[in-house]
Amino acid sequence: MVGILFGAGLYLILHRHFFKLILGLMFFSLATNLFIFVVGQLTRGGTAIIEEGSEEAVEPFSDPVPQSLLLTAIVIGFGILAFAIVLIRRVYQVLHTNDMDNLNETDKIEQPIYPHE
Amino acid sequence: MNHLLLLLPLLMPLYGAIFSLFFWRNVELQKVFALQSQVATLVSCILLFMAVEDKGILTTQVGNWPAPYGISLVADMFSCIILLAGSVTGFAVFMFSLQGLDFPRQAYGYYPLMLFLQLGVSGACLAGDLFNMFVWFEVLLICCFVLITLGGSRPQLEGSIKYVTINFLASSFLLAGIGIMYGLVGTLNLAEMALLVRILEGHESLITMAGMFFLVALGVKAAVFPLFFWLPASYHTPPIAISAFLAGLVTKVGVYALVRLFTLIFVLDTELTQLLLSVIAGLTMFIGVVGAAAQTDFRKILSFHIVSQIGYMIMGLAFFTPYAIAGLIFFMVHNILVKTNLFLISGVVARHYNSFALKDLGGVYLKQPFLALLFAISAFSLAGIPPLSGFWGKYMLAKAGLELKAYALVGVSLLVSLLTLFSMTKIWNEVFWKKKPDETEVALLSPITNRMLHMPVVMLVLFILFISLYAEPLVHLAYRAAIQLLDSDIYIRAVLYQ
Repeated sequence: MVGILFGAGLYLILHRHFFKLILGLMFFSLATNLFIFVVGQLTRGGTAIIEEGSEEAVEPFSDPVPQSLLLTAIVIGFGILAFAIVLIRRVYQVLHTNDMDNLNETDKIEQPIYPHE
Repeated sequence: MNHLLLLLPLLMPLYGAIFSLFFWRNVELQKVFALQSQVATLVSCILLFMAVEDKGILTTQVGNWPAPYGISLVADMFSCIILLAGSVTGFAVFMFSLQGLDFPRQAYGYYPLMLFLQLGVSGACLAGDLFNMFVWFEVLLICCFVLITLGGSRPQLEGSIKYVTINFLASSFLLAGIGIMYGLVGTLNLAEMALLVRILEGHESLITMAGMFFLVALGVKAAVFPLFFWLPASYHTPPIAISAFLAGLVTKVGVYALVRLFTLIFVLDTELTQLLLSVIAGLTMFIGVVGAAAQTDFRKILSFHIVSQIGYMIMGLAFFTPYAIAGLIFFMVHNILVKTNLFLISGVVARHYNSFALKDLGGVYLKQPFLALLFAISAFSLAGIPPLSGFWGKYMLAKAGLELKAYALVGVSLLVSLLTLFSMTKIWNEVFWKKKPDETEVALLSPITNRMLHMPVVMLVLFILFISLYAEPLVHLAYRAAIQLLDSDIYIRAVLYQ
């Protein structure tokens, strides 16, 4: 599942279309998040909250650290994704193109002259 | 007191940024706040540096939870040196932006963003926890994204799409690597991780694999060989006040994290990592400098040179002897200052002549011999002409390499030095020496503007001359920092058993 998401994300990012780029980024971050969940040893069970009076949590308890990592990662990913969507909308407004291949003006050695600032 | 000192480099830019945000409409007031927090950051970095030099590694636990559970902030010599160089750069870029950045961009949140960016840099340097480091990287990256797009001109948008996409992927890789490490050793604290990695048996290959995740992720951020293409595609697009800071500092934070992790944690299979890093270093240096030779834009030449210089730093990491790491640290400081300064000079020239293209420029030497002198010092320093700072860094790296009999890599690095000199001569010829093509007009700037533009450049040149001529004590300092980096017991002890 994680592998498929990674693959699909990367494939879509390599596309030239802007919308597919966004979808690809989304899949990729989802895949990463799930991946952390998997390698962080996913367990079903109680919380890691220690009962009053006892010294240790009752087994089996799920590890809270990957969950908190994921929460942070999801929030950050969400923020970046929102930024990327706005950015792409802006690019579309300014450049009137939907195709990545039209974005190579700045890489050319002989630069088109842009008015400075 | 130590706890406060560690937090100050984080708090000062944060306060400045928040206060600037409060006064969104009043740019003049934002400038005042930004100036205050730049000075305060610089001072707090100096204080922290002095404390660390005096007492060794300092740590503090945020929220006062003991080490492996709470979030640690750790300052050793290496992070302090980078912080110090970073705050000097920040100050210089701030001074430049007062006159060197157009008003709409200044009014649209340049100052708070810059301060948040510095917050991210300080955080990434001080983090003693892998996930914390990731979060600081994200803080830094989001600020970079916004700064690169700030103003929304056509080339900026083109550059930023590439920048955002590739850095987003790199962050995902970093996160995946962190996940693997957590799954393997069950901790995120760098010191505890370093300890467990050495104790646990049977995980070596898996840990090396996790290391490769970090190598790819941080390699993208540091712009090493196969992963650098986003850098020359985006760094020259924003205005100079922004790209100078990005060029000077942000990629170096990637190198910083690479050095930190590959001296502390991923040291099990050194043969493999050293071989890999040597190959990467050689190719990064060479491809970067060859790419620069083809370019005809002041900023793009400099952007390719960033890549090439990153190769030298990776070379130091690949040799992995105390002397090589010391050379790396010295070279990093030198490069942060010189690179920022060259970008600022290109900004001053462009402010006068309204162009970055080499073919439109010329005759600057006749008009502004002083600026030409400043450029010459920085450029020669970049190329490594003795007695300027680049020479000392490269000399240390080359000597360390020769001691290890890594003749091929050292040979490549010397060749790259020559080619760097070629590029710099090209800029010198085209911009400063050649007769000015007639069709370009010269912008008339008031003397005050002119002086304000020159001031940060002069300041950085003075710093460059300082580290060039006062090299010996600084080399000793770098050597001590390197010893501290390579002897991970010091780090582990300082964090876990204070």
